[in-house]
Amino acid sequence: MDMRETFVAGTTAILDDDPRTALVLADISASAFDDAERRHPDRVINVGIRESLMVSVAGGLAQTGLRPIAHTYAPFLVERAFEQIKLDFGNQDGNGVLVSVGASYDNAQAGRTHHAPGDVALMDTLPGWEIRVPGHPAEVDPLLRQAVSGDGSVYMRLSTRNNAEPHGDTDGRLVPLRTGRRALVVAVGPMLDAVLAATVGLDVTVAYTNTVRPLDATGLRELAGDAVVLVEPYLAGTSSAAVDQALLDRPHRTLALGVGRTDLHRFGSPADHDAAHGLTPDALRDRISAFL
Amino acid sequence: MTATTKARLGYADLPALLTRMTGDEKHEPSATSTLDVLWVLYDRVLRVDPDTVDDPARDRFLLSKGHGPAAYYAVLAAKGFFPVDWLDDWGSYDSPLGYHPDRTRLPGVEISSGSLGHGLPLGIGVVHGLRAQGHTDARTYVLVGDAELDEGSNHEAIAYAGAVGMSGLTVVVIDNHSSTHGWPGGIGARFAAHGWSTATVDGRDHRAIESALTTALPGRPHVVVATVEDKN
Repeated sequence: MDMRETFVAGTTAILDDDPRTALVLADISASAFDDAERRHPDRVINVGIRESLMVSVAGGLAQTGLRPIAHTYAPFLVERAFEQIKLDFGNQDGNGVLVSVGASYDNAQAGRTHHAPGDVALMDTLPGWEIRVPGHPAEVDPLLRQAVSGDGSVYMRLSTRNNAEPHGDTDGRLVPLRTGRRALVVAVGPMLDAVLAATVGLDVTVAYTNTVRPLDATGLRELAGDAVVLVEPYLAGTSSAAVDQALLDRPHRTLALGVGRTDLHRFGSPADHDAAHGLTPDALRDRISAFL
Repeated sequence: MTATTKARLGYADLPALLTRMTGDEKHEPSATSTLDVLWVLYDRVLRVDPDTVDDPARDRFLLSKGHGPAAYYAVLAAKGFFPVDWLDDWGSYDSPLGYHPDRTRLPGVEISSGSLGHGLPLGIGVVHGLRAQGHTDARTYVLVGDAELDEGSNHEAIAYAGAVGMSGLTVVVIDNHSSTHGWPGGIGARFAAHGWSTATVDGRDHRAIESALTTALPGRPHVVVATVEDKN
């Protein structure tokens, strides 16, 4: 199963088990939840292609004490409905779980309308949101269950791209996978395999995380010396301030790699876009080596 | 009235409460466009009072049109949701009464509002949430302005609520003809096209307002268009 299928299976089971949960959709993935909707017609709500309504309805459900999950494509969930996220959850003192698919350019051929490299940066302007970026389908279910069983607000960013193996727990800690001396390279979510390939033979520590907010400041302080490389599968620099805050008392350098701001007006494959943004293993190796 | 107790006051006391906020002895219609509807709601319709603000089965009133909340605050104070002397320094840094309401600061306020077009979509979520938890007797009321209907988010909500036959939801539109481009055919027709039951009343006539608010048809959402003096 890919991440979306894992999310569908997990959410379906959660809806069966926990009458406090509800799912709000805007047509995307709706047919995958047909069985769940038949079993729980009051708690599986498809509002049609109305993303701002979807988020507001989720916010309203939270006001009555339910635990809402809202799900659609990343640009429509976070960017189109951003004011609804800001006001109808946080400003109402309400909480919920938002789960996106599409990531930065999973559907590269669809063009800019379906790409959301800025979603995490945008969510990071709001207080209190946990942001989870799983790197493997097997990471999705435990993160989802932890998110829904809690009472905070969580954004889960799912992708069709993943690493060969799952890593990391739900505790939000950095997971060191290689040890070296010259820098700490932090690979976020699906970037790990490219980072592992890029750093073969380099004298660096490589650590993985699927949790970017809150970023593991304790782990950063333990693993980092005076040089940090961030490799994020969304807008480059999204977590630079979090790294700087963690290392506030320590002179350090940071190289922030990720998706560039340029609107490429290109289609093709996700691999094509990786190349355009310098995120292939070769390009990462060149940039990390130059930084060292 | 004493300064700090939560008094239960009447309609005739509202002008004095408004004066505590505005400093003006006379109040322009634009400042009080919602006053009569709000009074009828809290005095005769809503099943919520200061003792039941946390009751999960209470009726909900969502003030979506959050600007110009003086009338709302006056009614809540008159009904004892908070002490009337809280009105005196509204808008100050430490006051729980902002120029837009904040549900985390003021007892009885169901939603924080101010940005137009959020109350009705939120209200649909509230209706779904109440139904899913078996609170089928609780009714959700949302107050919007006619100009607020310019916001597209309302039209996502109007179409959806009508399509699913959302009983339990009543929208009150305060119509002071302030929408820049207007609603040809009338506001009620916009809702009726999506299957809502509709009523249009004089927004100063308490008996008519009460009657319209309490005659919702089963199996569909209900809208009451309360016409008041033109804003301009």
